[in-house]
Amino acid sequence: MDFNDTAEEAAFRTEVRNWLDANAPRKQNANETMRGKHSEAELLVLAKQWQAKKAQARYAQITWPKEYGGRGGTPMQQVIYNQEESNYLVAGGFFAIGLGMCIPTLMRYGSEADRQRYVGPALKGDEIWCQLFSEPSAGSDVAGLKTKAERDGDGWVINGQKVWTSGAHYSDFGIIITRTDPNVPKHKGLTMFYLDMKSPGVEVRPIRQVSGESGFNEVFFTDVRIPDSQRLGAVGEGWQVSLTTLMHERLAVGDSPGPDFDELFELTKMLELEDGPAISNSAVREKLADFYVRGQGLKFTKFRTMTALSRGQVPGPEASIAKVVSASKLQDIASFGMELMDAGGIVQDKDLSPAGGIFQHAYLYAPGLRIAGGTDEILRNIIAERVLGLPGDIRVDKDLPFNQLKAGA
Amino acid sequence: MNFDFSDDQKMMRDSARKFLGDRSSLKVVRQALESDQPHDQALWAGIAEMGWLGTAVPEEYGGVGLGHLELCMIAEEIGRALAPVPFSSSVYLATEALLLAGTEAQKKHWLPKLVQGAIGTLAISEGVGSVSAANVQAKAGQGGLSGTKWPVADGAACDLLIVLARGADDRQSLYLVDAKAGGVQVQALKSLDPTRSAASITFTNAACELLGTAGQGLELVQSIYDRAAVLFAFEQVGGAQASLEMAKEFAMQRITFGRLIGSYQAIKHKLADMYVATELARSNAYYGAWALSTGSADLAVAAASARISAIDAYHLSSKENLQTHGGMGFTWAGDCHLYYRRAKWLAHVIGTNRTWKERLISQLERKNAA
Repeated sequence: MDFNDTAEEAAFRTEVRNWLDANAPRKQNANETMRGKHSEAELLVLAKQWQAKKAQARYAQITWPKEYGGRGGTPMQQVIYNQEESNYLVAGGFFAIGLGMCIPTLMRYGSEADRQRYVGPALKGDEIWCQLFSEPSAGSDVAGLKTKAERDGDGWVINGQKVWTSGAHYSDFGIIITRTDPNVPKHKGLTMFYLDMKSPGVEVRPIRQVSGESGFNEVFFTDVRIPDSQRLGAVGEGWQVSLTTLMHERLAVGDSPGPDFDELFELTKMLELEDGPAISNSAVREKLADFYVRGQGLKFTKFRTMTALSRGQVPGPEASIAKVVSASKLQDIASFGMELMDAGGIVQDKDLSPAGGIFQHAYLYAPGLRIAGGTDEILRNIIAERVLGLPGDIRVDKDLPFNQLKAGA
Repeated sequence: MNFDFSDDQKMMRDSARKFLGDRSSLKVVRQALESDQPHDQALWAGIAEMGWLGTAVPEEYGGVGLGHLELCMIAEEIGRALAPVPFSSSVYLATEALLLAGTEAQKKHWLPKLVQGAIGTLAISEGVGSVSAANVQAKAGQGGLSGTKWPVADGAACDLLIVLARGADDRQSLYLVDAKAGGVQVQALKSLDPTRSAASITFTNAACELLGTAGQGLELVQSIYDRAAVLFAFEQVGGAQASLEMAKEFAMQRITFGRLIGSYQAIKHKLADMYVATELARSNAYYGAWALSTGSADLAVAAASARISAIDAYHLSSKENLQTHGGMGFTWAGDCHLYYRRAKWLAHVIGTNRTWKERLISQLERKNAA
């Protein structure tokens, strides 16, 4: 048992570090980010430049085959690259959905012409992709979606609305799941397509989040016409195609962004309570200990996942717990940090609030992390059903035609 | 990254599971519950024969000469099987205390005995409440050791007692006392977990021998606890895992309102939470195992983290396993309370979470200041 790289891993890490040193500035401290310094539009330009560099050096998608611009590397090499890159001040995040989910779906279900046309520009960051799945009445139950695609000559016409579409406002293309047959049960009447987000009839409206930011959007489709050649998979097979997309979610070895134990620990050393420094208060110490062991438990769970990757094995089910633990831990740490500020906690000001207001900011965005990419409740269902093997929910709508369901009416 | 046990170590775990599956079934545990014996003597003898008592003891003292990683694997299985034997007291505490602080003569005298099945334990507390410099009354002097210690975990049938007492200089030290020699009176107490004993032990001028440095008793107890906490954590993780599996099996066969209770989200989410807590505890225990086996300076922090999350995970899993079983879970005839009792017994014997959380944060402060 040790935490060391294998000889090959160490060599790869050195190679990556040398390349990063030559091409990007190191962070001055671990919490330094680009986001605080630039607008989204500026970040997008910087991110595209960085992505192009990475693609040229074949670090953009390490596990992809070489013929698609990847490196033909291992998942462990991707983890090592991500670890190393996190020490440098670079812009990113715009390409994760496209490269992690959309393009792999296109690689599997698109034509050779599609692959030739789209994979390269996406990899280099020239074109950004989004994923148009969720709808106002189809969130966790995404197969209950209503956006219609109807045949029209040798093409299709799309009408409906998607929601929670991350990055739609800067995306060039999207993959979209639609209902093509409402007369069959809900999972069976779906078909997947891709489309140009600049097509006539596509309208993107940003959604303002609780935290005040706008990372995702509503997308409206009004008589959007697309050729049949943009269909991914067979008509009626959209659900199976979407499962491929979701399977490509990136490995859960990242952290939730925001204040963690270290920031809270610093805060308790700085703040005075009625009986002295917060760090000396036994109730505070007990809470700190709880947060610490949760954080360490997560960290070492990720190490176990990485160990499996390093050995060329598929990670065990423990990999599935990361998000369900880290999102609510963030919310709890944010709330407790604010509690220590007493009445002062209600102020969110980068100069007046301790730690530049990161606790207040996290308090407001943490709820989103508990919902996005699978709610806490859905994740618990997944653990119960796929890890523990408990029976699936009884689904009252499973065998009924979609247009006879309450949701489909 | 190689943060896992080796295939050989896992093989040891598998063979321990098989052995205990045969020899420490829930039927055996229940017999220990119902009997007035302090532990299952046949099982204890079997475990000694397997060599497990000397897993991490060097061969020169009669041990097997493996390491703590191997011992962690066995501890997990002891916990899973609810083995009604004084394994934790004798192996994680007494044996480890001797390895840590014993003189060559003390190790030569006691370790081979412990490896072969003699039972050792620590006698620290003198009643309800946590131990401090102020509340240790037992005295050790020229005439021997005198005082009363309770509870002594697994103390109802033991051979070696490691006792915290005030020396001639009034400072706390640890002393070895042969429990079979004169001046030692053992009175069994009613234990919360009758499959693991508790005793009140009165010493009257009992012959004793200093263990470790005079006046460093409390510090030495802490060092022993830091090492033991990791091994306890594996035992607790094993128990938490077994509780989860028992709840899962029940949820897969019990039908209410026309369907398996495991298909209700109220039960699914409960079991998912038990799973998450157990995996976090396991990961923290792994780090503890690494720190213990490498002699890392981070052992105190790693041990506290392992202990805190193992206590929490076993508490959650054992109580929610009972809850999942409904009324049957609350019966004496059902097995849920075996885990529920053991979880609490293990959570208390080397200090509760309140104490360990304080230790964790003070260690982090120290680390942070360095």
